[in-house]
Amino acid sequence: MRAGLIALWAILLREALRFVRQRSRFIAALIRPLVWLIVFAAGFRAALGLSITPPYQTYITYEIYIVPGLCGMILLFNGMQSSLSLVYDREMGSMRLLLTSPLPRWWLLFCRLLASTTISILQVYTFLAVAAIYGIDMPWHGYIYAFPALIVGGLMLGALGLALSSAIRQLENFAGVMNFVIFPMFFLSSALYPLWKMAESSALLRDICALNPFTHAVELIRFALYGQFNAAALAWTVLAGIVFLGLALWGYDPSRGMKRKAG
Amino acid sequence: MRLTAIAAALTICTPVAADEIWISNEKDDTLSVIDIDTLEVIRTIETGERPRGITFSKDFSVLYICASDSDAVQVMDPETGEILHDLPSGEDPEQFVLHPNDRHLYIANEDDAITTVVDTESREVIAQIDVGIEPEGMAVSPDGKIAITTSETTNMAHWIDTETQELFANTLVDSRPRHAEFVKDGTELWVSSEIGGTITVFDVETQTEKAKIEFEVEGVHPDRVQPVGFELSEGDETAFVALGPSNHVAAVNAETYEVEDYILVGRRVWHMDFNADKSLLFTTNGVSGDVTVIDVAKREPVKTIKVGRFPWGAAFRPTN
Repeated sequence: MRAGLIALWAILLREALRFVRQRSRFIAALIRPLVWLIVFAAGFRAALGLSITPPYQTYITYEIYIVPGLCGMILLFNGMQSSLSLVYDREMGSMRLLLTSPLPRWWLLFCRLLASTTISILQVYTFLAVAAIYGIDMPWHGYIYAFPALIVGGLMLGALGLALSSAIRQLENFAGVMNFVIFPMFFLSSALYPLWKMAESSALLRDICALNPFTHAVELIRFALYGQFNAAALAWTVLAGIVFLGLALWGYDPSRGMKRKAG
Repeated sequence: MRLTAIAAALTICTPVAADEIWISNEKDDTLSVIDIDTLEVIRTIETGERPRGITFSKDFSVLYICASDSDAVQVMDPETGEILHDLPSGEDPEQFVLHPNDRHLYIANEDDAITTVVDTESREVIAQIDVGIEPEGMAVSPDGKIAITTSETTNMAHWIDTETQELFANTLVDSRPRHAEFVKDGTELWVSSEIGGTITVFDVETQTEKAKIEFEVEGVHPDRVQPVGFELSEGDETAFVALGPSNHVAAVNAETYEVEDYILVGRRVWHMDFNADKSLLFTTNGVSGDVTVIDVAKREPVKTIKVGRFPWGAAFRPTN
């Protein structure tokens, strides 16, 4: 038990140090959603107001709509960034060092997941603070309610990153992840447009968006930011998180690697 | 003693009815009643055809409804929702105003270019005054001496002496004047011009223009910024102005005549009314068929409530 906690602390500290030392990574993580908020959303400002859709109680501008989606974007990109660093660690050998620890492998991977989620949440709150300065603020209790939603969403997307990292053999393959995972996940979701808007262009597109676990992570955050609970979004996010974690554990299963080598 | 205790207990047990906002739905021929505590529609009542302007008598015992396409002003018992009788109103009544004497209704007859004065007690027309083409906005001064009709096509505010029921002045305003209000104890008259996109402020004493308020909503084409109904906050400090298809309500400093804020509401905002302490403002959004509730102190929309099709007028009714 104590050894497990020491491992957790060590992994958290390592990720935190890495994050602090890579200041450009932090700035990039903050700039990306801010560009979307200030530049992209300005073009779609919807000065005449977006129609009412839960959890909103009245008409809103596009900038207000997009904020929860951008929180999700931070979690998504950070989850993938973490998968990238896992591939890097594996190439450099530090991953092997970590996994040779006598502690259970699932625990080590979970610690890693928790560490990357913690960093993501820090980034989300920094973004929300900047957004509030920009004039887009939420009800004060929303910032508190959003915390557990961010943990669940962050863990799910981190688990996806972990699962992907187990499948990516080389750092160069990461471009494929960008094209085939991050972009479709982000654009085919409710992060940028409400689902009713998607349905206006294509019912199929809307259905794909509704199946996308990222949509549910975003909706979970959106509802929480307005002090509301979305049970369906939570269920979908947790389910997807379990599946991704299962895939990651399977991917990092040493006996599987042995079998492959033997084959 | 015992009876008093029972009575007190009953008073505690009986749910206290919340104040209400009544909304006329132009296209549905209905009224929607909103509970101010729950912000939900609690009653829908049928009326004559195309209800637009609505106003309560001073003691809130009856509601007057401009049923435009029924060519009548209907008188309703707000408790039962029953139409008690119709008043002779002239053709196509759109807006009206109740004189401070609680008896005379000044009605704008859009199709006939006249203002009809009806005695609500004798149910008789006591005067018909020729005004400009398509009269719409109606106001009466707090002392009851002056009534105003604005005419949409003539682009004028017509000043009526309520003693003689005759015009004593006509003043030009910008294109399509829609709504008029006396403010600051009747020393100023404000008239909104829908196409002109302005509010003209008149000095009542001299009937001369004192100021002009203009509006500019960021990201919205100026053609869509069309001032219609407006109401003044407690102490006449801030005017809240419905800006039609710009989907915004402007908050105007009534002293400096400067626009301080724009508040996003539903589509094509028409008219509005406050709750009892003027902490909440209810705007009727014609095209989206809903009512937006604004927190007056924060100048933020709180909630938008679905009502009937094309909500037009709004009137507050206390129930306690």
